[in-house]
Amino acid sequence: MKIALASGKGGTGKTMVAGNLAEVLYRQREVVLADCDVEEPNLHLFFPAQAETEPVTIPVPRFDESLCTRCGKCADACRFGAVTVLPSRILFLPPLCHACGGCLLACPEGAVTEGERRVGEVRVSRPGEHLRLVSGFLDSGEIHAPRVVRAVKEWAGDAPLVILDAPPGIACPVIETLEGCDACLLVTESTPFGLHDLALAAELAGYLHIPVGIVINRSDGADDGIRAYAQEKGLPVLLTIPFDRRIAEVQNRGKLICREIPGWEGTFADLFARAEALAGERR
Amino acid sequence: MIRVAVLSGKGGTGKTVVAVALATLMGPSLILADCDVDASNLELLLNPRCMRVEEFRGGQIARIDPDLCVGCGACADACRFGAILPQEPAYGVVPHRCEGCGVCTQVCPALAVALEPRVTGEIRVSATRYGTLVHARLLPGCGNSGLLVHEVKRIALQEGKDCRYLLMDGPPGTGCPVISTLAGADMVVLVTEPSISALHDLRRVVMVARGGGRRLSAVINRWDLDPKQSGDVGKYCREEGIPVLGRIPFDFTVMESVRRGEPVTLWQSPASEEMGRIWRGLSAQLADSDATDVPR
Repeated sequence: MKIALASGKGGTGKTMVAGNLAEVLYRQREVVLADCDVEEPNLHLFFPAQAETEPVTIPVPRFDESLCTRCGKCADACRFGAVTVLPSRILFLPPLCHACGGCLLACPEGAVTEGERRVGEVRVSRPGEHLRLVSGFLDSGEIHAPRVVRAVKEWAGDAPLVILDAPPGIACPVIETLEGCDACLLVTESTPFGLHDLALAAELAGYLHIPVGIVINRSDGADDGIRAYAQEKGLPVLLTIPFDRRIAEVQNRGKLICREIPGWEGTFADLFARAEALAGERR
Repeated sequence: MIRVAVLSGKGGTGKTVVAVALATLMGPSLILADCDVDASNLELLLNPRCMRVEEFRGGQIARIDPDLCVGCGACADACRFGAILPQEPAYGVVPHRCEGCGVCTQVCPALAVALEPRVTGEIRVSATRYGTLVHARLLPGCGNSGLLVHEVKRIALQEGKDCRYLLMDGPPGTGCPVISTLAGADMVVLVTEPSISALHDLRRVVMVARGGGRRLSAVINRWDLDPKQSGDVGKYCREEGIPVLGRIPFDFTVMESVRRGEPVTLWQSPASEEMGRIWRGLSAQLADSDATDVPR
């Protein structure tokens, strides 16, 4: 079973919910926690442990100038402007390359081969006996976040329970994270920003046919807008976490409220049961 | 024109609230661009009046003609993105996986695959009290937000060609839309907060934001939720030579102003006072860069 935490808006508490869920579950069962927010991964801060590192690479074309006849077919095939054939040499711009292999296919001379280019890494650790943490890290200045997300999901594998912490937003890296998930918990906050971005994320989850449940975080009680939206769309509100300075303090120090504040362990166990039921709807 | 980008690394630190507060203080010669096209929120605080909507065509998408498809599967084998699957009656394209690379058109023996332009979002040009706002919406299931950010900026530069300032509210993260936001920016205001996650993410976004002649500065939001960690953030900024323009206290007025859909600076409060100080610090830096930088 794969359960994703997503939000649209950043900083609503995805990582907090993912971390607390994993913490209350892993003593009873095997849990894989997958940090798919590869631009800004944070789960390792809450579960410090020695990690093994694996590079994430993408294929990159190599041009053998001695075989090249300057026919220009590789440049014609590239839709992203990454290849230009000049009279004297081939100009290749790695940042524009999508690693589609089009230039390789197009070359009639066999002058294009492929190598590998590093775009990030995956760190795998075991912070608890039954807890495996797989975190993706996109290299600085790289744009291939979805590739690193895919690598994280591959390393997470088909474990019986994978909890995925998605990046904010609704674009490629989020789509890559959510694909194939059985349920998606959307973490929101009781502000117009929270509601606006919740609706966008719910729309994406709907497009991907993933059942959605809502978690309202930092609630000051004025959640009427979110509740009205949830009711209109038929989305269950699974948990409401109140605004509380103590929670913020625990979270800010990299600790987990289910361990630090009494009562939260049961609350997150209950949230998981509800998420599991939601995932069951899909199966 | 001086181009200011507001970024943070971590999401939810207060970029939009800070950006809108700055917009109210920067004077009338301002153009605004919401570069967080995944989840654009500037419009929620600026009460925009839409003047123009443009469709955004972000690249291309493959389409398979079912009448021509012979079902050989060459396209699906060649596609590296898993975007082509056997469907009835012919092979079909999964839109959100297609990158528009056209490899399928290269290999199809029946010439059944063609690339078509793809609408991936819409861009709005709106009037606000503080200047024209260019904002966008990515359609669900459409990727490549970096390309859409690029277009938002292009339109903003055109619309605001005579403006003194371009203010960009950026996306969280460090990836493609952030890099797109940073291109051509003169100043980067980094909004952070006192938490180990925010500091970790700040370090990562600083690595991406450095260079290109950009000047960085920082704002610590909700600093009093954890004065000790605010100290750690301040120390990091000193080590990196990033001036801290201000420390915004936790203030319910911020939440209240967001609920009303208005800039926090319309109210007298500790947070808006600090925003004034932040703007004075930033404008001193801008004046400095005005004097020393070669005009573009």
